[in-house]
Amino acid sequence: MAEVNVLEAIRETLDEALSEDDRVFIIGEDVEAGGVFRATDGLAKRHPGRVKDSPLAESSIIGISIGAAHYGMRPIAEIQFADFIHAGFDQLCSEASRWSYRTKGEQYLPMVVRTPWGGGVHGGQHHSQSIEAYYTHMPGIKVVAPSFPADYRSLLKASIADPNPVLFLEHKRTYRLVKQDVANAPAETSIGRARITRRGADLTMFAYGLMLHECLAASEELAGEGIECTVVDLLSLQPLDVETVLEAARMTGKVLVVHEDTLTGGFGGEIAALIAEHAFEYLDAPIRRLAAPDIPAMPYHHAMEAFFMPDKQKIAAAARDLAAY
Amino acid sequence: MSTETQTPTTLRGLTREQADHFLHQMVLIRRFEEKSGEMYTKGKIRGFLHLYTGQEACAVGAVNVLEERDKVITHYRDHGHALARGLDPNRIMAELYGRVDGVSGGRGGSMHLYDVEKGFLGGYAIVTAHLPLAVGLGLASNLQNEDFVTLCIFGDGSVGEGEFHEALNLAALWDTPVIFFCENNLYGMGVPFQQSLSTEISTLAEAYGITTENVDGMDVVDVYHAAKRAVEHCRAGSGPYFIEALTYRYRGHSMADPELYRLKEEVDEHRKRDAIQRLRSEMVEAGWLDDAGYQAVVDRVEREVDEAVAFADASPEPALESLFDNILAEDARG
Ligand SMILES: Cc1ncc(C[n+]2csc(CCOP(=O)(O)OP(=O)(O)O)c2C)c(N)n1
Ligand SMILES: [Mg+2]
Repeated sequence: MAEVNVLEAIRETLDEALSEDDRVFIIGEDVEAGGVFRATDGLAKRHPGRVKDSPLAESSIIGISIGAAHYGMRPIAEIQFADFIHAGFDQLCSEASRWSYRTKGEQYLPMVVRTPWGGGVHGGQHHSQSIEAYYTHMPGIKVVAPSFPADYRSLLKASIADPNPVLFLEHKRTYRLVKQDVANAPAETSIGRARITRRGADLTMFAYGLMLHECLAASEELAGEGIECTVVDLLSLQPLDVETVLEAARMTGKVLVVHEDTLTGGFGGEIAALIAEHAFEYLDAPIRRLAAPDIPAMPYHHAMEAFFMPDKQKIAAAARDLAAY
Repeated sequence: MSTETQTPTTLRGLTREQADHFLHQMVLIRRFEEKSGEMYTKGKIRGFLHLYTGQEACAVGAVNVLEERDKVITHYRDHGHALARGLDPNRIMAELYGRVDGVSGGRGGSMHLYDVEKGFLGGYAIVTAHLPLAVGLGLASNLQNEDFVTLCIFGDGSVGEGEFHEALNLAALWDTPVIFFCENNLYGMGVPFQQSLSTEISTLAEAYGITTENVDGMDVVDVYHAAKRAVEHCRAGSGPYFIEALTYRYRGHSMADPELYRLKEEVDEHRKRDAIQRLRSEMVEAGWLDDAGYQAVVDRVEREVDEAVAFADASPEPALESLFDNILAEDARG
C-alpha cells in the first residue's frame, strides 16, 4: 500500500467502515462536500444517503448520534472544529457518558465524535482550542488523540467498533504533516494502549497530538548533544495506559509532560499525579510540565501564537534543564 | 436651463448627504475587502479571512440608522459592519495584520473586531453565540429604563442553532429592543440554506411573535428604511424586530474556499444586482452624481485604504509579555 498522510488514512478508514457496516453513517457540517479539511471527500457520492449534511447545530449533531446509537446504529459525528463542540458538551457529558451506566449495561452507545483540534494555523481564539481535558474528566467517554497516520487508522477503526462513545481528536496540524505506509506500520494500536516510541536513558517525555511530533524532533536534536530521551505517545487519554506511563517514568527517573492545552487543570496534571503517587521512589528530579500558559485564548498574531504553543525548542530547553538536574 | 429646479431633494427618502455617505461607505468596504484579500495573498494577513464583498448594502443600510448610544453585535464576517459603524479603517487593517495598533492588539484578528466606545461589541466566530448576548443587552436596556437598541447581525447559517431559537423566544417574551438582522446570502459555507432549513427564515421569526420584514439586501435604500422602522419599533418599547435581507457574497466563504458548490454564472447573475452600482446609477439619474463625482469617491477610498495598509505595515508587532495582561480585572495593565 502506498504511503498516506493522516487525512488520507482517516478518509480510507471511514470509507471502509461505511462499506463494511450499513449501521455506520456520518453526520456533520459540510461533510457531503468533503468538509473543511476534506476528510470526507468523495464519501457522499460513494455511500449515497449515509453522509449527511447537518445545519450548524452541534448539540443536535451529537444528540442525534446518541439517538441513532440507541437503535444500534454506528454514527460518526464530525464537529467541524473542536472549538464548536461546546454547544454539544451537555449531550456528551450529561447523556452519552451515562447511558450504559444508567441502563446497568443493558445498552451501550457505540458512537464516534471526530473533531479537529489544536493550534498553529493562526485561527485565533475560536479555531485553535485544545478540549481534551474537559472530556478526560468525564468517566464514560473514551478520548483518543493520535499523531501518526497508522495510529489514526487503527484507532479510528477501533473507535468505530467500540461499544462506547469515543471522542476522536484529530490535531489539524498533523493532517498533512507526515506520510506513512499504514499497511506495514508498527503493530496496530488499540484504545487504552500507549506506545514507547523512542527509548533513551536520560529522561522520559509524554505527549500526544502535534506535541508528540515536537517531542520526537526535540529528542533527535538532544541526542546530538548526548541527551537520550524516551518518548511516550499516549495515544489514548481515557482510558490511559497507566502501566506504560509508570514503566516509562521508572525507566529514566526524570519526567517531562508536554501538552498544548493550558497548564492549570490540563491533562498533564493527571500524568504527573499518577507518577508522583505510584513511581515516586524512582524519581531523580521533580516532574516537569510544559504546557501553554494560562491565557484564555490562543492569540491570533503569529509570534504570539508561537509563544503560546510549546514546540521543539521549548521542549529541548526544558529537557536540558531536567537532564542536568 | 437651470438644473436646480430639476434636482430632487430626496432619493427614495434619502437626503443627498445620506446618499453620499452611503455610497462612500459601500465603496470603502468593497475596496477594503479587496485589499484585505490582496494582503492575505501576500502573507501579511494569516489564518481565516472572510470577505464581505457583495453584502455592503446590509451593513451600510442597517448600521447607519443607529444612534451613538445603540449597540452593534455581529458574526465573524465583520469588517463591513465595523467600517459602517465608523471604526477606524487603520486600526481594523492593523488588527488583520495582528499588530499592536489593531483594535484587539493582535489578539483577535479578522473575526473578533470590537470597539467598546463605539458600541461595537464584537464579531463572534462561534456562530450564533452572540444572539443571546444581544437579548441580554436588550434586557439591560429595559431594566435600566434606557432606550438604546441593539442591532444583532448574523448569517442564514445561524438559524439551525438552538441559541437562535432560545434568543428569539426570550427577546419576544421580554419585549427586548433587539433588531435581529439576518444576512441571508444563500449559503452557510458550501451548503445552500434551503438544505439546512425546513421552512422560511421569516416564518420562524413570525412564529415567535416577532414583527418581521423581508428586504432586498442588495438595495441600501430598502435596507435603510426597514432598519429605520425597526429602530422606531424597538425604541418605542414594542419589542424585537426581525429583518431578513436577501444578499449574496461575491467571494468564497473564506480565502481557502474552492467554491465547488456554485457556478461562476450564478455569481455573475447576482453581480447584476450590485448595491454600489445601483445606488450610483440612481444618484446619476437624480442628478446628484456624475462620472467625475464617482471617480472622486473611488479616489478618496483608494487613499483611505492605502493609508490603512501603510498604517498596518508601520505598526509594531505586539510584545509577547502583553499576553498576560487583562486575563482578569486584577491583571489590568497597559
Ligand atoms: C458554532 C459554530 N459551528 C460551526 C462553525 C463553522 N462555520 C463558520 S461559518 C459557517 C457558515 C456560516 O454561514 P452563515 O451564518 O450563513 O454566514 P456566512 O458565512 O454566509 O456569512 C460555519 C459552518 C462556527 N464558526 N461556529
Ligand atoms: Mg450565509
